[in-house]
Amino acid sequence: MVQSLDRSQGRSGGISADAAAPATFTGNRALQIEEPLIFEMGQPGRCGVDLPEPPKVKDRLNGLKRAGEIGLPGLSEPQVVQHYTRLSQKNYAIDMGVYPLGSCTMKHNPRINEKVARLPGIGDLHPLQPVSTVQGALELIDGLAHWLKTLTGMPAVAMSPAAGAHGEMCGMMAIAAALEARGERAKRKVVLAPESAHGTNPATAAALGFTVKPIPANERGRVDLSALKAALGPDVAAIMLTNPNTCGLFETEIVEISRAVHEAGAFFYCDGANFNAIVGRVRPGDLGVDCMHINLHKTFSTPHGGGGPGAGPVVLSAALAPYAPYPWIVKDGDKWRVAEDGAAVDGKPLGRLKAFHGQMGMFTRALSYIMSHGADGLKQVAEDAVLSANYVMAALKDIMTPAFEGPCMHEALFDDSFLKDTGVSTLDFAKAMIDEGYHPMTMYFPLVVHGAMLIEPTESQAKEDLDVFIAALRSLAERAKSGTAAEDFKAAPRFAPRRRLDETLAARKPVLRWRPSNNPPEGDPMKQAAD
Amino acid sequence: MIRYSKEHEWIRVEGEIGTIGITQYAQEQLGDVVFVDVPQAGRKVAKGEACAVVESVKAASDIYAPVSGEVVEANAGLADSPGDVNAEPMGKGWFFKIKLSDKGELSGLMDEAAYNDFVKSLG
Repeated sequence: MVQSLDRSQGRSGGISADAAAPATFTGNRALQIEEPLIFEMGQPGRCGVDLPEPPKVKDRLNGLKRAGEIGLPGLSEPQVVQHYTRLSQKNYAIDMGVYPLGSCTMKHNPRINEKVARLPGIGDLHPLQPVSTVQGALELIDGLAHWLKTLTGMPAVAMSPAAGAHGEMCGMMAIAAALEARGERAKRKVVLAPESAHGTNPATAAALGFTVKPIPANERGRVDLSALKAALGPDVAAIMLTNPNTCGLFETEIVEISRAVHEAGAFFYCDGANFNAIVGRVRPGDLGVDCMHINLHKTFSTPHGGGGPGAGPVVLSAALAPYAPYPWIVKDGDKWRVAEDGAAVDGKPLGRLKAFHGQMGMFTRALSYIMSHGADGLKQVAEDAVLSANYVMAALKDIMTPAFEGPCMHEALFDDSFLKDTGVSTLDFAKAMIDEGYHPMTMYFPLVVHGAMLIEPTESQAKEDLDVFIAALRSLAERAKSGTAAEDFKAAPRFAPRRRLDETLAARKPVLRWRPSNNPPEGDPMKQAAD
Repeated sequence: MIRYSKEHEWIRVEGEIGTIGITQYAQEQLGDVVFVDVPQAGRKVAKGEACAVVESVKAASDIYAPVSGEVVEANAGLADSPGDVNAEPMGKGWFFKIKLSDKGELSGLMDEAAYNDFVKSLG
């Protein structure tokens, strides 16, 4: 039944046996371990550390004393280490190979960042230490702030936002505050967002009480300038725009867009998610941007997700700078201080968006990345990211279908017209990539392209690795177009531990919480898929 | 009388009341619907206003009112079985009912033949 690719037959003679292989006694398949949840492993009374009995003291909890067990599993240290190591082996990660998830900039996290972040003077900091003992850390935050302002050509930056969407919220709150100060908040209720915008853009605007009006794209995948101009008026507060946009294309009329927005009395929020394509080459401030968040976990290589929190500093124009939220890092003479109230700064800060001072560990890694690359290195980052994406697009454009003509920026966007009448969907194609050992590309986004497949290789991958990746995609595309492989694609992934999960059931009846029961609740998608 | 919008909504008009949902083409494009947010009865909506949300495994999309009026009933069944939109987009999968404020707006919509041609033109 299993059709393996010609390419792979030599190196994986065992493939056809795999899907049909008899069950093992343990349920494991070599290194594919059937791992229970940590709560299912625990034994009461077991503990990884030897703690002395707590002294008998009279508590002052009154009626608030916990009545039942806290419910933590009891495990030894080796059990914990083995459990999480096994889980990590199930995970596809940037440390394993090409991770082409478009719009996410899954680039390599240089190890020098980790070395710097673990220096005792940085790694052992506590946010409540006396300010006199953290002068170097404050200087580090200010140093990163300096480079973010320099790279974007903007006069101010708010460092505390915890991630991209949080940064959007910060920037749009600053815009709302500036409109309020002008007495125009009530009449400017509309935020414009291109149809290809990241979903967070309209969500942010709506969360702040704005009405979102979509702006269509033109046939070149860029903002339709005449539609934008028609939508601009005295009711418009701002435009939220990504550049390069989510089609992986530079908005060539960006200066004209910016001018029209400002002439209408509105602000220009730029989503900095795709800054990796232009870092060191283009300063958003020169394009007339009023504010932009910077995803440190994208452009500046700090870990995504599980490896640590994100960070989304927001650069601000002079008009918006007074509204930057606390805390502000200020230098008086040769001493750094943290300004945390309105009397301490010359501005009208929004207040706090986050506890403490921002993501210190991410600041450290981002500054390490910037300093270790230097000006020439950062320019090359953008060049190589764009070159890689164009290499992928050029190598696939005869067999897959690019959504738009011409060179792209940092990501290559394909539509699903090459799959027309094959019975294979974008989803099936993506699932088949898992069997080939790759994390799928971003799919069905942006929405303006039918069956979108968005590939962002980043600058991290060697040409040889891209070549193997491209060959895998070419083989899959050829097989899909043969017209006889739809069933194979629908059955993919065959080699993932749970095959294809029931995503519809998972979305309709999500099981979000483990409960102490041996029987998963009815409708558990993991169980269904396993059955 | 059934009319169709370019945003792939249908409206079935009986007297003063129009029942609104999404078309077969729309549900095919969306894929498995996992959540539907419908407007509450009593809400006044203007033609072209985003007034419901349909979320599938692929995307979340706004549903626009094809005509102006007041919502008189929402399909409460969709909360528990959003799959009705896929199974019977023009039957059990209806979204909401509206009391039309201007029946003249219907003339700006397409009849079945015109809509079928429109879908064909999308390729």
